[in-house]
Amino acid sequence: MSGVRVLVGTRKGAFILTSDGKREKWDVSGPHFAGWEMYHLKGSPADPNRIYASQTSGWFGQVIQRSDDGGKTWHQPGTPPGAPAPTSPEDMPKGNSNKFVYDTSAETGNPLTTHQWYDGTQHPWEFKRVWHIEPSLADPDTVYAGIEDAGLFRSTDGGENWKELSGLRGHGTGPKWQPGAGGLCLHTIILDPTDPKRIYIAISAAGAFRTDDGGKSWKPINQGLRSQYIPDPKAEVGHCVHHVAMHPSRPGVLFMQKHWDVMRSDNAGDLWTEVSGNLPTDFGFVIDIHAHEPETIYVVPIKSDGEHFPPEGKLRVYRSRSGGNEWEALTKGLPQSNCYVNVLRDAMAVDSLDKCGVYFGTTGGQVYASADAGDSWNPIVRDLPAVLSVEVQTLK
Amino acid sequence: MIRVELPAHLRNLAQVGREVQVDVEGQATLRAVLDTLEARYPMLRGTIRDHVTQQRRPFLRFFACEEDLSHESPDDPLPDAVTSGKEPLVILGAIAGG
Repeated sequence: MSGVRVLVGTRKGAFILTSDGKREKWDVSGPHFAGWEMYHLKGSPADPNRIYASQTSGWFGQVIQRSDDGGKTWHQPGTPPGAPAPTSPEDMPKGNSNKFVYDTSAETGNPLTTHQWYDGTQHPWEFKRVWHIEPSLADPDTVYAGIEDAGLFRSTDGGENWKELSGLRGHGTGPKWQPGAGGLCLHTIILDPTDPKRIYIAISAAGAFRTDDGGKSWKPINQGLRSQYIPDPKAEVGHCVHHVAMHPSRPGVLFMQKHWDVMRSDNAGDLWTEVSGNLPTDFGFVIDIHAHEPETIYVVPIKSDGEHFPPEGKLRVYRSRSGGNEWEALTKGLPQSNCYVNVLRDAMAVDSLDKCGVYFGTTGGQVYASADAGDSWNPIVRDLPAVLSVEVQTLK
Repeated sequence: MIRVELPAHLRNLAQVGREVQVDVEGQATLRAVLDTLEARYPMLRGTIRDHVTQQRRPFLRFFACEEDLSHESPDDPLPDAVTSGKEPLVILGAIAGG
């Protein structure tokens, strides 16, 4: 019997929503890690019972949590709860799973100590939190973390220890990156299923970047983006990319929700073209792709960067079946008056059942689900804390 | 034996009660207490002090005997009442909304 597990990160804890393949009745488990900001949870494609979670706090910093049983129990990698007391220093759990230390070695080629601050001066890189966790497609113990201030880290031991892929900050444009309003965050990590050495990432407000050698070297892939809020609208970096999505069957085709503008690239990010078309506004945060139709994409238009809520108070998902430009509003089951929530960048996901399920969470605490590719929607839950992230696991 | 009071979120993280007791070898300083605490509860590493700089996290304070020790040197001896176990070392989260 197939089923679906929806992993929801909120401002005050994590929730796990489960259903069978019909997706009509849902069980809600949580809050897990109550009171903590759960920026992101994501399961391993290679082992669905392996789930990683980013637990953060302005008081207590970063914690990484891991479940090996589908979210029933959790532990900090390397420090299992209830473990027998160590008998020697060598046996002592290391407690390094939340240790993210920037690589300042000479190997980076630069003294990677500063990036651009809001006022144009250089500012030290300071680790703040993990925004996004991306487990390897093949190995449950290999996992990537996108952090603020923007950097990419990798663990190959199930999250116990993390090492920076410093070629990203070191490729040359790093000192020009500056934070968006939400911070200088690396929020998108996309692994190419056909080429283990190709990874895409995106940073607000720097842009999108690609490596073709497993993370050693990187290049900006922002040609075609135009951002009127920076001095040179076509600059190599400085673009506030909000999210990027790729369909696994076409890893060279990318869709992007930028600060303003919905974009697509048909050549792995080498060149982008705008596909905002008839959207009521092309500002927004999320973008995702139908599991079985790689030209069917979803966005949630938001009025503007100054007014982070749906235009006209109507919560509408927009779907394009043509890879952009031509969009239709999906409204059935969604509030069409007095709705002023936001949908944050990592808060939309799809399942791979037939029909494709689409899910998104709002800052008002609702998690909406569609079991018919967006034609109709129902709230799974209505009153969670503000939703930061939504991921979906399709269980066989 | 030194008594350490933890804020609620850290109690949950370490799966302990309001107060834990640690034995410190040598002179009892704030640094020595935190080193011992983190060795016994490694899940707390990085949550009270920064992993690298070992600086107190900004929204946490260290209180004891109705005094704020947050800005004292971590290598100063702790008050006698703390080292004797009469008074706890309190690790306190800043009060803030949200």
